[in-house]
Amino acid sequence: MKTPIQFHLNGEEVAAFVESGANLLDTLRESVGDLSVKGGCWQGTCGACTVLIDGVPRVSCVTLAETCAGKSVETVAGLRHGPDLHPLQHAFMERFAAQCGYCTPGMLMAAKALLDRNPSPTRADVVDALCGNVCRCTGYEPIIEAVLDAARSDNRRRA
Amino acid sequence: MLEFRKDIFADERDDNLIEIGQPTARQDILGHVTGTSPYYDDHRFGNLLHLKILRSPHAHARIRSIDDSAAARAPGVKRIIRAADVPVNLNTLLSLIQFGKDDEPSLASDVVRYKGEPILGIVATSERAALEAMALVRISYDQLPAVFDVEEALKPGAPSVNATYPKNTFEYYGKYDHQKLRFGEVEQAFKQADIVLEDRYQMSPIEHAPIETNGSITVPDTNGRFVVYTSTQALFFSLDTSAKINAMQSNQLHFIGGTVGGGFGGKVDTMTEPLCILAARLTGAPVRYRFSRHEEMQFGSPRGAERIYVKDGVMKDGRIVARLVRAYFDSGAYTRLSSYAVVKCVAHIPGPYTIPNVHADVFCVFTNRTPATAMRGFGVTALDFALECQMDKLAVAVGMDPLEFRILNAYRDGDMKAHRREAKNCALIECAQVTAEKANWPLRDEFRRMSSRQGGGAARTGGPDRTRAPAIAPAVAPPAAVPQRVAYERPTPVAAPPKAPPSPSPQGGPPPSAPSPAGSSHGAPRFSSVFGTRRR
Repeated sequence: MKTPIQFHLNGEEVAAFVESGANLLDTLRESVGDLSVKGGCWQGTCGACTVLIDGVPRVSCVTLAETCAGKSVETVAGLRHGPDLHPLQHAFMERFAAQCGYCTPGMLMAAKALLDRNPSPTRADVVDALCGNVCRCTGYEPIIEAVLDAARSDNRRRA
Repeated sequence: MLEFRKDIFADERDDNLIEIGQPTARQDILGHVTGTSPYYDDHRFGNLLHLKILRSPHAHARIRSIDDSAAARAPGVKRIIRAADVPVNLNTLLSLIQFGKDDEPSLASDVVRYKGEPILGIVATSERAALEAMALVRISYDQLPAVFDVEEALKPGAPSVNATYPKNTFEYYGKYDHQKLRFGEVEQAFKQADIVLEDRYQMSPIEHAPIETNGSITVPDTNGRFVVYTSTQALFFSLDTSAKINAMQSNQLHFIGGTVGGGFGGKVDTMTEPLCILAARLTGAPVRYRFSRHEEMQFGSPRGAERIYVKDGVMKDGRIVARLVRAYFDSGAYTRLSSYAVVKCVAHIPGPYTIPNVHADVFCVFTNRTPATAMRGFGVTALDFALECQMDKLAVAVGMDPLEFRILNAYRDGDMKAHRREAKNCALIECAQVTAEKANWPLRDEFRRMSSRQGGGAARTGGPDRTRAPAIAPAVAPPAAVPQRVAYERPTPVAAPPKAPPSPSPQGGPPPSAPSPAGSSHGAPRFSSVFGTRRR
C-alpha cells in the first residue's frame, strides 16, 4: 500500500508514492532522486543522513516519510545558490574539513541549522550542534574550525 | 597547525620544491561539500536486485542440513546462492602474490568457523524481501568446540580451526609455524644487564567503522562483461580476487571506484564484490550487496587482537642491551592479511632503537573469532603500543627521563639494525627534540645537542662481530643529579628538576647547521630520499 506525499525539497515542490513505514532517507534517494543525502547506520546514530525539516536538523533514516508531508526539507543539494557556494562550503574546503566526504552532507546541514538560528556561535555551541554527527577521518577539529570560520565570514559579509 | 622545520637537515635538501610545504586542496573536495561525489551507492539502475547474506550464529559448528525451500518460494526472491554455486569456493587474499594457501570459502558448505561466516545468499527485489525470506531458511548445526584465545589455540589438543592450517598457525616459507628474528645473543646479554624487565601487552580488535559501509553494485554489460561499482580501497586487488573466485578473466570485469566513504584498512578484504558479481551472473540483473551497519560492526574484519610479551635488559646508564619479543596475532578463522601483518611486525622489531641483541618469535594464530585484516599501520601499531609502554617503564627503572632515554637509544645513521640493514636517514632524535620543545619538556643540554648524524655505527652495535653483546662504553654520563620521575608525570616549567650541567660527551656535537639558501650545492639530487640515497 503506497501513500502519496508532497513536500518542499530545497524550495521546489516534490511528490512521491511511499510505502507505509518508508523513511525519508530512502524516499529522498530512491523516489525523489536526491543522492546528496547519505545513509551510514540506518538507525539514527551516525548523523550522516541529517537534513533540515522546517529548519530543524533531523536524521532522515529514522524519520517517517509520511510525517514530512507539506513540510520544507533542506539537503546539501540546495545549499549552494547556483554557482555560488554557501560560506560553510567555502570554509569546509579552506579548512580541510572533509576527507572521505561521506559525513560531510550531514555535517553541513547540522552546521547550517546552527548558523541559521545563531549567526555568532561559540566553539561550545558548534560542538553541541555537531555532537550527533560522527566523522571517522578528520578528528573533528578542522570541522569545528570551519564552522566558526563560516560564521565569521558570514557576519563580515552582513556587516 | 602544519609546520615545516626546515632548520633540521637543511643542508640535505633543495628548498625549491613547489608543492611540498604548501597547503593544497583535495581534488575531490568540491564534490564532498556539494554532495555530488559519486560513492558506489550513488549509481542508479532499473530493476536493481538486492543480495543479503545468511550468516552463522555459531563460532564453530558443522552444518548438518540446510532447508531453503520456503525461502526460495518467498515473495520477491529471485535466486538463492549456495556454496555449490561459487565457481572457486576457496581463496586467500594474498594468493594474488603467491603468499599463503587458499583457506577461506566465499560461502561455507560443511563447517562454519566464526560467528557471522556467510552460508547462503538470497537475491530479492528488495532488501526487506531478502531478509524476510532469510527468516524462512532452516539450518541444523552440530556445534563444535571453539577456541578464542591465541595461546589456548597453540596448546596440544586445542580445537583445530582452519582446515588448511590444522595446527592453528600460518605456515611461513612452507615449513615454519612462526616468523623469527635473531640478532646477537639475548640470553647472554640478559645475564650482563643491570635490570631485566618483562611485561605482557594485549591489543583488542578494533572496528574501522567507516561511515559508508562496505558494498558494491554489479551491472551486467555486453559481451559477458560486468561493471562493478564498489567501495573497495584496493580496486585491482578486488578485481583480481573477484575474477579468481568467479573463474572469470579479469578483462570481463570493469571496476569503478575510488570514491570511498572511509576505509582505514577495512575495505581491502574484497568483502562484497565476488558474491555480488555471482548474483548478477546468476540473475542477469543489476545487484547490490550492501553491508548493514550491524554487519559492518559485527562481521566486517577488524584490526586483529595481538598479544605481545616484551623482555628487555637495560644497563644503569640507560643503554638497552637486549630485547626479546614473543607475539601472537589473532588472525581469526582465516588468514586474510594477518600473515603479512606478522612479517611487518617482525620487520619493525625492536622499534626505532639500536639494541645489539634482539630475539623475536611472532605467530599468526587461527581462532574462532572474526577474521582480522589491515588497519592503519597494522602489524606495527600494537607492537609500538607495547614497546613504548615498555620504554617508559624502563626509563623509570633506570631513573632517566623517558624522552632522554629514547634519544639515548634511538637509531643513528650508520647503526646496524637487527635485520642487518644499516640505519639511514634517521630522524627520531630530532623529532624527540622538537616534541620536547613544543611541550616545554626540559631536556638536558647534552640530549638537546645529540643528532641522528653523530655517534652511530659500529661502536654502538658491536662492530663486525655482531653475534656477541658488545662491551661498549657508556654513550653518556649516568644521570646522577636528576631525581627520578614517574613516566607520565609532566614537570611544570617553573618547578622543573635542576638540570645537570652539560657533561662533555663523545656524541655531543654542534647543533644542526643553520638553513642554507635554496638550491644548496650539497649535490644530492632532488627526491633522492625516495630511493634511500639521501644520506649515508
